[in-house]
Amino acid sequence: MKVGVVDYDAGNLKSVQTALAYLGADQFVSADPEELLSADRLVFPGVGDASSAMRVLRSRGLDAVIREFVSRGDPVLGICLGSQIVLERSEEGNVDCLGIVPGASVRFPKERGLKVPHMGWNQVSYQAGHSLFRGIPQGTSFYFVHSYYTQPLRADLVLCESEYGEKFCCGLIAGNLAATQFHPEKSGEYGLKLLSNFLYWDPERNL
Amino acid sequence: MLEKRLVVCLDVRDGKTTKGIKFQGNVDIGDPVEMARFYYEQGVDELVFYDITASSEQRGIFIDVVERVAAHIFVPFCVGGGIGSVEDMRAVLLAGAEKVSVNSQAVLNPGIIDAGAGSFGAQCIVLGMDAARDPAMKSGYRVVINGGRTPTEKDALAWALEAERRGAGEIVLNSIDADGTQDGYEIPLTRMISEAVGIPVVASGGAGKPEHLAEVLSEGKADAALVASMVHYGSYSIADIKQQLDAAGLPVRLRYRPE
Repeated sequence: MKVGVVDYDAGNLKSVQTALAYLGADQFVSADPEELLSADRLVFPGVGDASSAMRVLRSRGLDAVIREFVSRGDPVLGICLGSQIVLERSEEGNVDCLGIVPGASVRFPKERGLKVPHMGWNQVSYQAGHSLFRGIPQGTSFYFVHSYYTQPLRADLVLCESEYGEKFCCGLIAGNLAATQFHPEKSGEYGLKLLSNFLYWDPERNL
Repeated sequence: MLEKRLVVCLDVRDGKTTKGIKFQGNVDIGDPVEMARFYYEQGVDELVFYDITASSEQRGIFIDVVERVAAHIFVPFCVGGGIGSVEDMRAVLLAGAEKVSVNSQAVLNPGIIDAGAGSFGAQCIVLGMDAARDPAMKSGYRVVINGGRTPTEKDALAWALEAERRGAGEIVLNSIDADGTQDGYEIPLTRMISEAVGIPVVASGGAGKPEHLAEVLSEGKADAALVASMVHYGSYSIADIKQQLDAAGLPVRLRYRPE
């Protein structure tokens, strides 16, 4: 089983790669569509700016790779910026995104007196019984760094939630596509557990 | 609810941790990677490594340390010391650090904050600031550099606001007066800066017991508290500190690994 990590110049892929390697995964980082299509699972990390990320994805033909994975049914995991750009739009630069999941990314309002970016460990509650959270208690903390968050159109697309000023969606689920706003690769042992669950995830049977 | 972070700081010289760290057991107390792993396993929320290497020839050794740390711990860590250019930043970020901190170099060349934030994003760029009490300054605190030895003309509050405007994503605020005393953090300084900026503030300098952390995270309004000696000398474990913070009603990450 091979895991491809999508390289689209959006921040540091090294921590995702080292975490996957630590878990024993046969993984590689690539910007080459053909090489990525040879993988069995796709991880789609990223930090930075949504509009430049979309530009690079399109120029390398990597948007098509992600769509192909989603349509052929192989598991895909977006992380951080990767969770935002699977939606239709982002407020960041008002850019059209991949449109795989209905909804948009919006900015945390500054006026609530909250510090932005939302940075640090925050508790996460998830769709009960979801296999990606197997072995992870409800309310476990994960590490976040972000100024925008995902607002999917329907409740069934919400994999998990956290709270910063008010409740917000911090993870998406749509068939074989899962995405987290937080960084599992930087969320200690429970983060590694989630990544490990992804490596064995069978979306069709929720196993 | 966003939790208060406990950050452990390790000074590294020529690839080795420098403080007289005392531990029982099998931890090689001079090896930053083993030290980092030790704190990681205790549930530390974040680590900071300062390169206090004297010569630039040793720089490669430090980058190697950063790479090895990144392969063994899975919580965020920041790297500082000797960062004078965007290329220096790139080297430590590519080696696996989440954040890079600039201190004296940013005072001498503030544009490095803008350049770093522009290249890597504000969330990567940490301003390290050493501040000393000085009634002659408008805010009552003066920025000092070179480990506190050299006073500057900058006011601490004005510099914090300027750094935020330039793109810093976080401030590690060290009180020169409190540093090394183990008598507690400088609460008025921390509170003033933390209330003025819209980015997280990590309090540093003066931690001697868990009550000090509880104080700076509540009254001082800090988002995180940095400790060094109080854990390196074995007086307190990460769990000791977090349990006391929890008992004081502060949100902290107590559950950090599967049973």
